[in-house]
Amino acid sequence: MDFNIYDFTSFTKWVDNALNSSMSPLLAIIIELIIIGLVFLLFYAIVGLLLVYAERKVCAVIQNRYGPNRVGPFGIFQTIADLIKLLMKELINIKHADNFLFNLAPFIVIIASFMAIAALPFAKGLQAIDFNIGIFYLFAVSSLGVIGILLAGWSSNSKYSLIGAIRSGAQVISYELSVGLSLLAIVVFAGTMQLSGIIESQADGWWIIKGHFPALVAFVIFLIASTAETNRGPFDLAEAESELTAGFHTEYSGIKFAFFFLAEYMNMFIVASIAATMFLGGWMPFHIAGWDGMNAIMDYVPPIVWFFGKTIFVILMMMWFKWTFPRLRIDQLLNLEWKYLLPLNLMNIVLVAFIVLMGWYIK
Amino acid sequence: MNIFKYFGEIFGAIKSLWAGMRVTGYYFIHPGQIVTQKYPENRKTLKMTERFKGEVIMMHDENNQHACTGCGICELNCPNGSIEIITDKITNEAGKSIKIIDKHIYHLSMCTFCELCIKTCPSDAIGWGQEYEHAVFDRHKLTKVLNHPGSSLRKKPSKEPNQE
Repeated sequence: MDFNIYDFTSFTKWVDNALNSSMSPLLAIIIELIIIGLVFLLFYAIVGLLLVYAERKVCAVIQNRYGPNRVGPFGIFQTIADLIKLLMKELINIKHADNFLFNLAPFIVIIASFMAIAALPFAKGLQAIDFNIGIFYLFAVSSLGVIGILLAGWSSNSKYSLIGAIRSGAQVISYELSVGLSLLAIVVFAGTMQLSGIIESQADGWWIIKGHFPALVAFVIFLIASTAETNRGPFDLAEAESELTAGFHTEYSGIKFAFFFLAEYMNMFIVASIAATMFLGGWMPFHIAGWDGMNAIMDYVPPIVWFFGKTIFVILMMMWFKWTFPRLRIDQLLNLEWKYLLPLNLMNIVLVAFIVLMGWYIK
Repeated sequence: MNIFKYFGEIFGAIKSLWAGMRVTGYYFIHPGQIVTQKYPENRKTLKMTERFKGEVIMMHDENNQHACTGCGICELNCPNGSIEIITDKITNEAGKSIKIIDKHIYHLSMCTFCELCIKTCPSDAIGWGQEYEHAVFDRHKLTKVLNHPGSSLRKKPSKEPNQE
């Protein structure tokens, strides 16, 4: 076994060979799928718990409070206590609700985010599946979650849920455009849609530096649009506590509610890691072309640390937005997208195409 | 729509959003500015503010004397009957029969802290106390007698003719 923290390719190859040599190929594939599924399940739970804790701590410090500080040192076990509480809560059956869809909705939301994790490159060779249209796949599946939200709103026989779900639908359909177009800027720069190819293209500098002004505009637009797409504040109209009690998950309780909650935080992680991969170089260390000494020092930091560091940075940015700005009205939300973000994005795409054509980006 | 106005709006929006984010960002990197306190740990040092409405008390001076004449205006003004005044009659040195307070009964359990009793008290005999830990196991403990046992009415300072 040759485990290398800088390159997981040999490790995954070794696992694959070990399985294939001891059993039939079909069984080996099935066992590999199960292993990857379990790893992702564990990863999902841990990231969800950590993000809920991080969000509560960050929001507390921004509001000059302590945040959770009772369960364990600095309250680090608070989310675990919350999880146990949620698991023990009663699952309430709603009268006149469409039971099948009502129970299906949380799973659709959570499966959509699971599908998105599969294509994320965590480190060199640590990627479950490397599609040649990876980024297209990512924003296709990450917007599937809204179907679950719409189903939840429709099936729970409550006006709050329905209004929340319809708002969420309008929001995701609008902002999907901006997410796609802002990522398209980087696809034009990199010349490929394959995530590993996009990361390789950033070996001599991240796109946010190499692509200077248009990449920065695309990054800001992506941050705004992806925050809206994950239904987070200041775009959390779908749950709008003050107007709709809890929006689309008003009628959910116990573990079904926990699924929505977990999926929301997981979606935040996913869009943050997409932003890190596309704009900030993914697991690629910070390199400047020509500065070989500094590049060599940067290479000592394992890629997985780079990936999670950048993702945490983007997550902190999104939390910073959420706890600074008040919630938008639905008309302001649609105005922002259709009157400002979309025209800016289209102009930006033209600019990027022109820059790439003339070769005016930093090579 | 004027194109300059359009971009001007965008830059104005970014500027104002950045102003807000700077404030929250400043608090985020300065955790020393936290204003909330860890309550049960700081019981010893916790000092409530002057305007805090903990409970209604009757002020007594060092001679165990208060200013309550037993007029009953607080009882009349209380919207939810939290105050009961029980008066007594005594004969003073001059041989006149006068009304004094026997028990100023205050039901903390019914009080809404509206401050009408304190505002209308003609002799400023009652005020706000700073006590805030009111949890008890028996609600009868929330019925309090405000005048201390053995207390008496403070003599009004006699009007001096040369004062004005």
